[in-house]
Amino acid sequence: MKAMTMTQKILAVHAGLEYVYPSQLILSKVDMVLGNDITAPVAINEFRKIKSKNVFDKEKIALVMDHFAPNKDIQAAQQCKLCRTFAEENQISNFYDTGDMGVEHALLPEKGLVTSGDVIIGADSHTCTYGALGAFSTGVGSTDMACAMASGKAWFKVPSAISFNLTGKLNEYVSGKDVILHIIGMIGVSGALYKSMEFKGPGLKNLTIDDRLCMANMAIEAGAKNGIFEVDAITMEYLAKAGAGKPVIYKADEHAKYDEYYEIDLSAIKSTVAFPHLPENARTFDNMPDIKIDQVVIGSCTNGRLSDLIVAADIMKDRKVAKGVRAIIIPATQKIYLEAMELGLLKIFINAGCAVSTPTCGPCLGGHMGILAKGEKAVATTNRNFVGRMGHPESEVYLASPQVAAASAISGKIAHPYDLMRGE
Amino acid sequence: MSARGKVIKYGNNVDTDVIIPARYLNTTDRQQLASHCMEDLDKTFASRVKKGDIMVAGKNFGCGSSREHAPIAIKESGIALVIAKDFARIFYRNAINIGLPIIECAEAAEDIKEADDVEADFEKGVIYNHTQDKEYKIQLFPDFIRQIIEAGGLIEAVNKGMLGD
Repeated sequence: MKAMTMTQKILAVHAGLEYVYPSQLILSKVDMVLGNDITAPVAINEFRKIKSKNVFDKEKIALVMDHFAPNKDIQAAQQCKLCRTFAEENQISNFYDTGDMGVEHALLPEKGLVTSGDVIIGADSHTCTYGALGAFSTGVGSTDMACAMASGKAWFKVPSAISFNLTGKLNEYVSGKDVILHIIGMIGVSGALYKSMEFKGPGLKNLTIDDRLCMANMAIEAGAKNGIFEVDAITMEYLAKAGAGKPVIYKADEHAKYDEYYEIDLSAIKSTVAFPHLPENARTFDNMPDIKIDQVVIGSCTNGRLSDLIVAADIMKDRKVAKGVRAIIIPATQKIYLEAMELGLLKIFINAGCAVSTPTCGPCLGGHMGILAKGEKAVATTNRNFVGRMGHPESEVYLASPQVAAASAISGKIAHPYDLMRGE
Repeated sequence: MSARGKVIKYGNNVDTDVIIPARYLNTTDRQQLASHCMEDLDKTFASRVKKGDIMVAGKNFGCGSSREHAPIAIKESGIALVIAKDFARIFYRNAINIGLPIIECAEAAEDIKEADDVEADFEKGVIYNHTQDKEYKIQLFPDFIRQIIEAGGLIEAVNKGMLGD
């Protein structure tokens, strides 16, 4: 038997093959098909052109109304309505609408809908998030989604892989976000094009599931097909708590071939900010110019989880958002929102002068709930800082961790949390 | 299959947010999408693009969001073919799935200039640059991909039973 990576093993099993090799074209079974209120309408229109009119499995499709929901305008309302009708007609069990929805990639793991060893496709590029749980998970388009809803299958080119061996432990105020921004800065926005990013090593035990979800989430920002973490006790504990399906664990073979090998010492990672207009423009505070900001967004599928809100609240407690800065906090799911309330985090945010919103992708993609005007600058815990991403084509987005975002909201400029906490 | 047209050229890392900004994603209407195509990168595109034109760009074309609205907007605008150094992977599969012809060719992407008269012959695997009087060899698609393209997209391929039972 020839050696395979984690990703290749999962794909081989789902394609019914003993062995797969890089660049091989395969037809794979999928365990979950995901779409949202922007991509699912296109998929539903395509689905209706398919001869077989039935969905392959009503329990293996998830539709999440999160991007322009709660409906931002009449057209968005029409798109959500189309999804709602489709879900009713086809008795889709995992349909999440305003009131029980969350940002899709925070929601699916939380609900236990994805597990280790699964093949998951979603008509959303950040579907790669679930690789944090040891699944093969990747973003596709709406036509792929339509065909997978009908057939339960998708075509893939088997990816080669890059190995990231993690060692050490993160320093105070440093998180998974800083690690992935550092890596994207190092390899570039197409550094992992068409490939898997496989994360393993003794440093794994020092990364929480939330750190891993954030890192896998941004694998696409390096061009990767998927990011995947080796499964360990932390993964298993998370999956059990979420009530996820039975995990199947795949380890890379000892002699599996990787295109490149990187050693990442977590203790050497510093707070990192990606400057406009590409996630690869990573800078640390060693050479940080004074950048005055107009807005801060803490939320999204990258960093809207409870642990993100906890570290942000810790920095904002008994402080005030700087004059002239609009700070917007968006818990990623209803459960996170509720837990943040119970922990008193929402009170801290509101007392600091933040706006706290119901879950939505909203400002991350310039949809609603925090659009930037011409020339404005924002620090955001989101995942993309392309031209016009959060609003006007001449606005700017600086990507950062929740710690840096919170410290920046208080300081009125891009700020390191350590400087803020120590300076007072 | 072949395409011949005038080139509209862009640089590296053209992302799907500039191909079709998210503020226009509240519709699936193809013509509306096409009317805003490339807007945040090139305000003149929608008004100057002509049916059969060829888009040429650098590396990582179509990076970012999975929105199929991006290749749809390009196709609907009249672009007959996109040539790039390489494509971001979701854009690559979306283009194949919806039947927008694409070619990965670093040499051609580097060499071809704005407004060049370019022709691609998919059968022979050659791009002709009539303006510069040059030829570039291209890699043929694997059979599986060719079948999807020839069927006219993934939906038609599925309806023909290509993806099995």
